[in-house]
Amino acid sequence: MGEAAVAQPAWVLLAYLIAGVCFILALRGLSSPETSRRGNLTGMLGMAIAVVTTAIVHLPGTSVTPIASPTIRLIDWTSIAQILIAIIIGGGIGLVTARKIQMTAMPQLVAAFHSLVGLAAVLVGSAAYLNPAAFGIAAAASGHGWTLYAPMSAGALRHFMAQYPRIYPVSRIEMGLGVAIGAITFSGSVIAFLKLNGNMSGKPILLPLRHFINLGTLAAIMGLIAYFTQDQAPLVFGLIAALSFAIGFLLIIPIGGADMPVVISMLNSYSGWAAAAMGFTLHNTAMVITGALVGSSGAILSYIMCRAMNRSFISVIAGGFGAVASSGEAAAIDRPYKRGSAEDAAFLMSQAEQVIIVPGYGMAVAQAQHAVREMADLLKAKGVTVKYAIHPVAGRMPGHMNVLLAEANVPYDEVFELEDINSEFAQTDVAYVIGANDVTNPAAKNDKSSPIYGMPVLDVEKAKTVLFVKRSMGGVGYAGIDNELFYRDNTMMLLGDAKKMTEEIVKALG
Amino acid sequence: MDFISILSIFVLACFVGYYVVWSVTPALHTPLMSVTNAISSVIVVGALIASAAAGVPGSKWLGLVAVALASVNIFGGFAVTQRMLSMYKKRERKDG
Repeated sequence: MGEAAVAQPAWVLLAYLIAGVCFILALRGLSSPETSRRGNLTGMLGMAIAVVTTAIVHLPGTSVTPIASPTIRLIDWTSIAQILIAIIIGGGIGLVTARKIQMTAMPQLVAAFHSLVGLAAVLVGSAAYLNPAAFGIAAAASGHGWTLYAPMSAGALRHFMAQYPRIYPVSRIEMGLGVAIGAITFSGSVIAFLKLNGNMSGKPILLPLRHFINLGTLAAIMGLIAYFTQDQAPLVFGLIAALSFAIGFLLIIPIGGADMPVVISMLNSYSGWAAAAMGFTLHNTAMVITGALVGSSGAILSYIMCRAMNRSFISVIAGGFGAVASSGEAAAIDRPYKRGSAEDAAFLMSQAEQVIIVPGYGMAVAQAQHAVREMADLLKAKGVTVKYAIHPVAGRMPGHMNVLLAEANVPYDEVFELEDINSEFAQTDVAYVIGANDVTNPAAKNDKSSPIYGMPVLDVEKAKTVLFVKRSMGGVGYAGIDNELFYRDNTMMLLGDAKKMTEEIVKALG
Repeated sequence: MDFISILSIFVLACFVGYYVVWSVTPALHTPLMSVTNAISSVIVVGALIASAAAGVPGSKWLGLVAVALASVNIFGGFAVTQRMLSMYKKRERKDG
């Protein structure tokens, strides 16, 4: 098969390789906060190398061959101006958003960014489909090579098709996959964005026969991509894209709010695979390397999130978690519990030797991170040791709590992951749980009937006193289950808004 | 480059990604997501090729839109990552 693309000069291949290595180093830098900033700069350098190389090789121009002379290339200034305008518009929007976005809204922002990668992949795939010659992935329409391929489709298309260069079959598979994954990333991320941003209920929406519909659609997409190698008709290409948009939508709709960390990691992974598939199509090593990096990164994050919830990836994708929120709630409310005031909490904490703060999504919603840090500062001034314990799925995306605490100027060496701090609760006087619920539920350890049984949880109940900040006794966590912790002898419930309650404690301490 | 060469690079890059990402500290998982977002917009390379190519106007305009979308991601992704990373600070040790 005539598979060779337009030959690229060696320096171009090397430049893309260097860009790919820069991206590897960018991720490598994230192994510690000290090296991370340099890593990010390396990533920017890699992107600059990739873009400049492409710009030089594909400088817009038209070739003119005057009579009996070598070909002259004229630079197409209009195209250059258009490209620059596109970069300035996009870059401007990106920079302004990056500067203005609140840290609590990071999950939405990341979902929105994912959707853009997905859409860009679909657009690039479509552009390559319409103008395959520019990407070096087609035999020329007039060459003899193309007749060797599969027979033409229906007569009506024959004339139309003959005008178009025949795209190589391998490139068609790569292109089809790239567009399909890109489209799934786009529509899935849009739904994830709407759910995270509160434009859409976080509750799972369960369609009847959804597994049947989803599997059928996926099978249809795979079938169409296979058929695409035989028939490059626009209808086939369009159907692949349309069905993929639909399946992205259908896949994310039934997944509830608590599973969002997995969803957002999974979409991260998809955006990488989409880039990799486009890299295969365009024979571009920078895109292939980056796609592989991002794809594995998202996959690993999904795995970490699933493990932290003790849920299989399949069950998350199948959706429906948190749909049983109302069962058994009435029985829960009647049980006796201890209620405390901000003054009680302030007194207990100021007498403590060590306080561990356990933040969760509720802290983000209430924007209480700054008040929490103020409280910690006052306690530290009184000689109390303050630490933070973070569960991997606290928040709506991996590492969400760490960023919020960093934003509130909490030093990162006071913040600990579950496995590093869990043994310390037994020697801790006060655990201050703010906005977390399911990740502290002892039922995960001792109640086999609980839906979260087996999930690794923070052993907060081992602390001498647990101060549990919660809006009211009525509501339950996102898993839709009651928390045994509320009714323990060593638990004091602080009922109220997370931010207000913490501010009152700050006042009482000061 | 032929398909097998690219596949080789892809498979090796998957392994590199696997080991590199496991070494990322969990505290930086959010910046990891935003920076992977930015770098996966290297897809802008394809968009640039499309918008620079003459001949098929539809392809060119799709390319230009893709350039704009990818630019949002590149500039936004790197900038928001830098903003987040600059917030991670160590404890100040005033009292020895």
